[in-house]
Amino acid sequence: MRRSYEGVVLTAPVSVPYVRYTNETAHWWIAKALREALAIIRMTPQEIDGLSVSSFTLAPDTPVGLTQHFGISPRWLDTVPTGGACGVAAMRRAARAVQAGDVDVVACVSGDTNRIDSFRNLLSAFSRFSMDATFPYGFGGPNASFALLQDAYMQEFGATREDFGHIAVAQRANALHCPHAMMKKPLTLDQYMDARMISDPIGLFDCVMSCAGAEAFVMMREDMAIAKGLPFARIASTIERTNAFPDDPIQLRGGWAVDIDDLWAMAGHGPEAIDLLQTYDDYPVISMMQFEDLGFCGKGEGAEFVRKHDLTIGGDFPHNTSGGQLSVGQAGAAGGYLGLVEAIRQVTAQAGGTQVENARRALVSGFGVINYDRGLCSSAAIITGANA
Amino acid sequence: MTQSLPFPPKRNPQKPTQVPTVPPMVRSRAALGLGVMAAQGRFGLQVCAQCQAVQYPPRDACLKCLNDDLPWQDVDPTGRVLAETTIRVSPEPYFRERMPWRMGSVKLNAGPVVNCHLHGEVGRGDMVRMALKLDKAGQGVLIALQLEGSENMQDDPVLRAMSCDPKRRRVLITDARAPMALALTQALLNAGAAHVFLGEPEAWRRWPERAAYAGMENVSIVPLDVTDVSSITKLSAEIGGKVDILVNTASFTRPGGVMGNDTTFARDAFEVNTLGLMRLAQGFGPAMASRVQDGVNSAAAFVNILSVHGLMPDPAYSAFGASQAAARSITQSLRSEFRGSGLRVINVYIGAIEGDPWFSTLPPPKVTPNAIARATVQGLVGGLEEVTCGDIAKDIYARWQNDAGLLEREITGGGS
Repeated sequence: MRRSYEGVVLTAPVSVPYVRYTNETAHWWIAKALREALAIIRMTPQEIDGLSVSSFTLAPDTPVGLTQHFGISPRWLDTVPTGGACGVAAMRRAARAVQAGDVDVVACVSGDTNRIDSFRNLLSAFSRFSMDATFPYGFGGPNASFALLQDAYMQEFGATREDFGHIAVAQRANALHCPHAMMKKPLTLDQYMDARMISDPIGLFDCVMSCAGAEAFVMMREDMAIAKGLPFARIASTIERTNAFPDDPIQLRGGWAVDIDDLWAMAGHGPEAIDLLQTYDDYPVISMMQFEDLGFCGKGEGAEFVRKHDLTIGGDFPHNTSGGQLSVGQAGAAGGYLGLVEAIRQVTAQAGGTQVENARRALVSGFGVINYDRGLCSSAAIITGANA
Repeated sequence: MTQSLPFPPKRNPQKPTQVPTVPPMVRSRAALGLGVMAAQGRFGLQVCAQCQAVQYPPRDACLKCLNDDLPWQDVDPTGRVLAETTIRVSPEPYFRERMPWRMGSVKLNAGPVVNCHLHGEVGRGDMVRMALKLDKAGQGVLIALQLEGSENMQDDPVLRAMSCDPKRRRVLITDARAPMALALTQALLNAGAAHVFLGEPEAWRRWPERAAYAGMENVSIVPLDVTDVSSITKLSAEIGGKVDILVNTASFTRPGGVMGNDTTFARDAFEVNTLGLMRLAQGFGPAMASRVQDGVNSAAAFVNILSVHGLMPDPAYSAFGASQAAARSITQSLRSEFRGSGLRVINVYIGAIEGDPWFSTLPPPKVTPNAIARATVQGLVGGLEEVTCGDIAKDIYARWQNDAGLLEREITGGGS
């Protein structure tokens, strides 16, 4: 039986509004998020003793360089390279370190810059297997990798483009309530269907817009959060897996499917007790896969599930309430934090326009790093508000 | 079905020639092995010496048992297309110029799943035959082909960009008097070459075989002496902009060892076989390299007919062997210099030629002019870099690859 995460909490959710292109560095974006988080918890850079950073564009620096750059002396430093799975992964590591007393407070920050043409440069150096075995074949980037996966998924389970469209359209409706979402215009299913194709069957509105931005939250002991009067969330359960199902010829399921029983057993309840879900949505097909692998429906039933449910903030299955990466934008590794930071806001009743009524339990899942032909990293967590 | 390649439109002199771009070139050290296989027209992947697991993408440790001995071996090239996509947006200039671009995921019967280019005749669900080809960056890449390709399958734009197919292209054969020149001319024309130019050094010297070219359509004999810079410059100024494939057939052969041999012959061998090649590269290379992306009849390949004794000398032809070794070394430098343009350097290795009086004392087997012509065209169509032709060349090349030290001891004496 796994030990619980009692005594440690999540607080200080921060989102630095994204921009499409910037000349500022990843350092600048991370500093901005960190400063805002420290302001919320009323600590100085000199006082913070733990830091976890996720970023793709810090080169030639690592988070070690950031400590000197920012004038901080942490006794606990972590860097989490799991891409879209990094938010939950950073949280898990930080929570255990705080729980064990190795560190008092961990600021978890992710952020990336986006200069013109930096996306191409980032892709070119993304991974050795991509460089050797994916990019020479049309250089479609992640669009092409996910197109192959979606093509296989559609063949296998009979899902249609409309089914994926429902996910994107609902998220856009949610984003209209999120002031810093990059996408400000409503999206209809017709517009989704009529949009130009990017890498068949992936169309324009299946893709995220890469941009610059940062996200952060803070892990600390519950007694400290109470003493400081900070709203906080607890960790009920969490899982993580890397390189699951290596013998599947093409990815139709993620690592959640390995660990899902563990997730629900630790939480002590099933999917019916979840008030809102934040999936990693770099493409709608991946969100659909998460509905299945996390147990909200059976394998291959994702399409029917989205047809039957209303995924908007006020609907019966609130999903990616801020608009997700599809409508807020993908700020590199910050995309791996977006859902978790929004979920903290939701269960602590700080979500403003995107607030789901009576949101007590949120499930957040992450997915990341197309090293070659599939996403290797998966993570998930159930977090709860004070009243859960 | 692939449509037959159209004839190129008349060139508009006001339009600039498109600057050649190349697909992504950087690879890990292990992945360079794909190019080694592709250059020889083989389909091979790493196979674990311990557990026999076939590996892909290329790696440094076995994905099943972590063993680090992963030799490249020929493997079953068949498989099935699991999924496909048509890429319509790419940030990479080479592919942007060629959108849309189809690629797919293929489950090989040998084990691994590969991302690959798709020939126009194959799609999702099809059983396919994989091939390793050199792309315009000179790197080995995978393409899925129909099990039985159609008549014009070579004309598929993706496959054609990886080949140096002579179809619709114009070829310069540098020495019309070379033993294989006539057979080569016929083979190239049969393969669809638009025109064959043949260089004729010392036109005042009469040669009876010249009559064979009289009346051949799309063939011109032009003055060219590879030992004479001004001759090369003059011809390059005249036809350099329409030489799509250059086949260097010029060769100077004299027998004799090192001792007691007149260095004048050695000097002549180097003048023709080594420096001649260098002069041709200087005279025709820049124009060819700038025309790699010039439509249907774009420049494609610089071909050298080399003696396999450039790899390991026949001591009875020591100066000749030395000049061939030096020539081969030049071609390797050329590969590096042309790499950025996508112009391919193809070496066709041969043994003693049937009917060549300078090899008359050597026993069979010898290689026929027809075989050389056939191998050269196959090398062009396949887009190879290393081609061996005839039993002697194949034998020596394989032994040299296997153990060059052992081959040297066998050649220099002492083998039973």
